[in-house]
Amino acid sequence: MAILGSINPILTAGLDGDRSWRLADYVARGGYSALRRIIAERTTPEQIIAEVKKSVLRGRGGAGFPTGLKWSFMPRTLPGDKYLICNSDEGEPGTFKDRDLLRYNPHAVIEGMVIAGYAIGATRGFNYIHGEIWELYQRFEDALAEARAEGLVGKHILGGDFTFELFAHHGYGAYICGEETALLESIEGKKGQPRFKPPFPASFGLYGKPTTINNTETLASVPFILNMGGDAFLAAGKANNGGPKLFSVSGHVERPGNYEVPMGTPFATLLEMAGGVRGGRKLKGVIPGGSSSPVLSAELMMDCTMDYDSIAKAGSMLGSGAVIVMDETTCMVKALERLSYFYYEESCGQCTPCREGTGWLYKIIQRIENGLGRPEDLDLLSSITGNIMGRTICALGDAASMPVQSFLKHFRDEFAYHIEHGRCLVPREVQRAGSGFFTASA
Amino acid sequence: MQNSLMLTPELIARIDREIAKYPVEQKQSAVMAALAIAQEAAGWLSPEAIEAVASYLEMSPVAALEVATFYNMYDLKPVGRHKLTVCTNLPCMLSGGMHALEYLQEKLGIGLDETTPDGKFTLKQGECMGACGDAPVLLVNNRHMCCSMTPAEIDRLLAELD
Repeated sequence: MAILGSINPILTAGLDGDRSWRLADYVARGGYSALRRIIAERTTPEQIIAEVKKSVLRGRGGAGFPTGLKWSFMPRTLPGDKYLICNSDEGEPGTFKDRDLLRYNPHAVIEGMVIAGYAIGATRGFNYIHGEIWELYQRFEDALAEARAEGLVGKHILGGDFTFELFAHHGYGAYICGEETALLESIEGKKGQPRFKPPFPASFGLYGKPTTINNTETLASVPFILNMGGDAFLAAGKANNGGPKLFSVSGHVERPGNYEVPMGTPFATLLEMAGGVRGGRKLKGVIPGGSSSPVLSAELMMDCTMDYDSIAKAGSMLGSGAVIVMDETTCMVKALERLSYFYYEESCGQCTPCREGTGWLYKIIQRIENGLGRPEDLDLLSSITGNIMGRTICALGDAASMPVQSFLKHFRDEFAYHIEHGRCLVPREVQRAGSGFFTASA
Repeated sequence: MQNSLMLTPELIARIDREIAKYPVEQKQSAVMAALAIAQEAAGWLSPEAIEAVASYLEMSPVAALEVATFYNMYDLKPVGRHKLTVCTNLPCMLSGGMHALEYLQEKLGIGLDETTPDGKFTLKQGECMGACGDAPVLLVNNRHMCCSMTPAEIDRLLAELD
């Protein structure tokens, strides 16, 4: 089980067995009671949106946009098809929370989607699932079949007037499809290249129809908000940062995995829950919100609490809650080289600054890592990032630039050492031992 | 039509189930799934298979080719019976993803994007699979994810795959 710990869990409460994903188990945990109440009491969409606004649920995919507000942008009464999309295309290095939600609590996602569909007046929904987790795509299909058989999805849900068809769409390996308009292109059967905004999906989305896209964890939170009340959900987190959050902790910790804790939990507590730094070694740096968020030094990070505001104040972003922990055995040049390769590989190629710029960033960092760096390279890297940021259709260019800028800001000495001495400050055998691969027991 | 010979009735039935997920006038939405189904059947996506899918979905062959070349998990060249894709991205790297790849290269005697002479294994480097808590991970034939790989686990996996 990869949900390894929690404080006052909500989304992961009671998930303690192989069968927790089943409909019967979900119902036994109180599942589908929110949807049943809505249909029986004919709750209005306005009431649902008001409750979600009250909860201050903010989008869990990385942007942190208030969910209730997003829903209110939909032209609900406009005739014709409207769509709801669940974004489960989770491929930002460090992030693996939605995978566990789909694995252990897919019906919470389904119930959340049906309620969201009801609130925004959608006729059809799709859950776009990351290509590499085919086994969980299959599980979601199985969970959907269970829900359909019980009349919880499809025509006249639970005998009421609301009809909402829901399907799973399987991705096939493109990070960019996590960007919401690229995802829409992908569902339309095209290359996943982001669209210009505006128009925003709420007016021109899937097949040109009004569309709302929410993250998996966001949608899975909805039934719980409606059951416990928006105020109680907000109180489970901290002001302006409602609810609990799943944090994916990876890298150099003893127990990598998902942890559900209230927003505002000190980073030190989360680190301790994850068993602390691997082998009792010294913490070096932390990427607090997925690979696109700026890295922070150990000192800065140890003073943070895990919420949008605290992490932003420290100069980074909470993003998707993906905490990548790096200890003293990490070569920061090597780490950045790998991240930069990722953005180079995943740039969709549409905008020149990103397509060319990510390649240049990677090549320069690669030559620094390989002892061929030039004294002017650090300024060159800064200049390239400055010319990518804000000059592209989507945020991938910014996402590729922020790690470069932040690694240079917090670990500049290490880059300078590489350039000056042609080798790493951290001996190669120390780095090798740090991964633990060759010493792992069967 | 010759193209339709590539898609057996069984494959067509599977593709039809995908088409049914989308509005009737949006058959093209099923192209990703249809290409995946065609690839699974043949082991890779030949130009003929891509054309057959395009023709069945009533889209232009180049539009289907664009999709096939854009997404990483499609194989436009033949691969071995077992395609092993190792994630080496940062969180996996911190837990030995690069070392797992190195170990496999040594064990199989092949480099990246190469296939063993007996046609059994192809080795690929992958991007983030969204499973960083189980690092290092590798994916077998786009389908089965193997978690927390160690040298012993890799040995076991290679022995199991025929």
